[in-house]
Amino acid sequence: MHNGKTILQSERFGLMIMRLCHEIMERNEAGDELYLIGIQTGGVLLAERIYDQLQGMKTDLTLKTGKLDITFYRDDYRRRKEPLQATATELDFLIEGKSVILLDDVLYTGRTIQAAMSAIQSFGRPARVELMVLVDRRFNRQLPIRPDYIGIQVDTPDESYVRVYWQSKDKMDKVRLYSKEISV
Amino acid sequence: MTISQLSTNHLLGIEHLQKADIEKIFATAEQFLEVINRPIKKVPSLRDVTIANLFFENSTRTKLSFQLAEKRLSADVINFSASSSSVNKGETLLDTVNNILSMKVDMVVIRHPSPGVPHYLSKHIQAHIINAGDGTHEHPTQALLDAFSMRQTLGDLRGKKIALIGDILHSRVALSNIFCLKKLGAHIEVCGPPTLIPKYIDSLGVRISYDLRSTLAWCDVANVLRIQLERQDQRFFPSLREYIRYYGIHLEMLNQLDKPIVIMHPGPINRGIELTSDVADSSHSIILDQVQNGVAVRMAVLYLLGTQLH
Repeated sequence: MHNGKTILQSERFGLMIMRLCHEIMERNEAGDELYLIGIQTGGVLLAERIYDQLQGMKTDLTLKTGKLDITFYRDDYRRRKEPLQATATELDFLIEGKSVILLDDVLYTGRTIQAAMSAIQSFGRPARVELMVLVDRRFNRQLPIRPDYIGIQVDTPDESYVRVYWQSKDKMDKVRLYSKEISV
Repeated sequence: MTISQLSTNHLLGIEHLQKADIEKIFATAEQFLEVINRPIKKVPSLRDVTIANLFFENSTRTKLSFQLAEKRLSADVINFSASSSSVNKGETLLDTVNNILSMKVDMVVIRHPSPGVPHYLSKHIQAHIINAGDGTHEHPTQALLDAFSMRQTLGDLRGKKIALIGDILHSRVALSNIFCLKKLGAHIEVCGPPTLIPKYIDSLGVRISYDLRSTLAWCDVANVLRIQLERQDQRFFPSLREYIRYYGIHLEMLNQLDKPIVIMHPGPINRGIELTSDVADSSHSIILDQVQNGVAVRMAVLYLLGTQLH
């Protein structure tokens, strides 16, 4: 299958999600209000997973989740051959003065995050924005963006491709590395 | 997820649009509808794109709707109205437009009283053209927003019964509606006085009716059109009063139907002529939803055509 390689299996995947939740609890005080905003589409699955896990852990954090689509904010619009299909943004709250964690599955060039940062400005001025990614491809950045919460770090050449599979969507949790981009 | 480009560089009419294009525009418009209901209703997609709105004919709604759509997408906008320009000094259309284009304009939204003007310009100039109404020919964005609004209320339009009522002969909205709704699989009936139903319109695959009550009893949606007195160079009916008597919709008629019906109107409404005030303001009416959807649909069209600028 496109000479892919699994770099994270389901058990360690679960532990990693658990660790990320603990990191959130560690950095925030009990009673804090925290908004988890997943970037469509992979980040939404991560946000839901983290939200469910934190709810199960009976934290004193007040949590809300939302979905953010950044298609209309991308800087490569008109540099692409084909347009991107926009998906839904579902943020039924204002983030004015709130603590926000942006979540994405894979951090690569950083351009998605840059677009997401301009996109959330349409919903108010947050007190603080942090970034959580499941996979950090740390040597492929094109912009000065650094995540606050990191699942795993992967060092890969530019042409390779990292894909996250989710229990809720793909019936299993894993992260796979491919030598070139595959169609989803 | 990527989608393919629209099959065209210009939006000149619905006639040559493919069904897939309409679906793409609707899917994108859904997302823009969410954007324009946000506290901050603006996205940066068309930053660095310049759009000229050339209105050679009066317009309120369409012009404002396009301007708003362009500004919500962060485009730079220049406006031109024939009434306040050098057109009155004898300049040709192509000269006027070329002068505007030499100011480096990427897209042109044009309304003109002569049918075919957008098509003519698309053959002679570089910019992407959007037809905002050409005479009695087409008004594509109106048809798209009408169909989008119908779908919002009724779901899939396949097999739905849609009536176009009033001055079909002079209506570009009617023609674009017919093309658009046919592509989406709806059944269409046109209804009006025989003098205002164009000859051979049945060749487009629509039903013809001269009786308002039977049309209302048949349809799920009534899209009511204005009597375009300004385009009528002769008398098509004896008096306005007679027209109202036979083709004016009042609330009692709708209440007697004993079934849900959706009332639409592209505006401007002549209250008391094609429909009474209590119909326009009733729960049947989605006229104001149409206006809101108009901005979202126009944003989608501008956005999708904008992806083709390089």
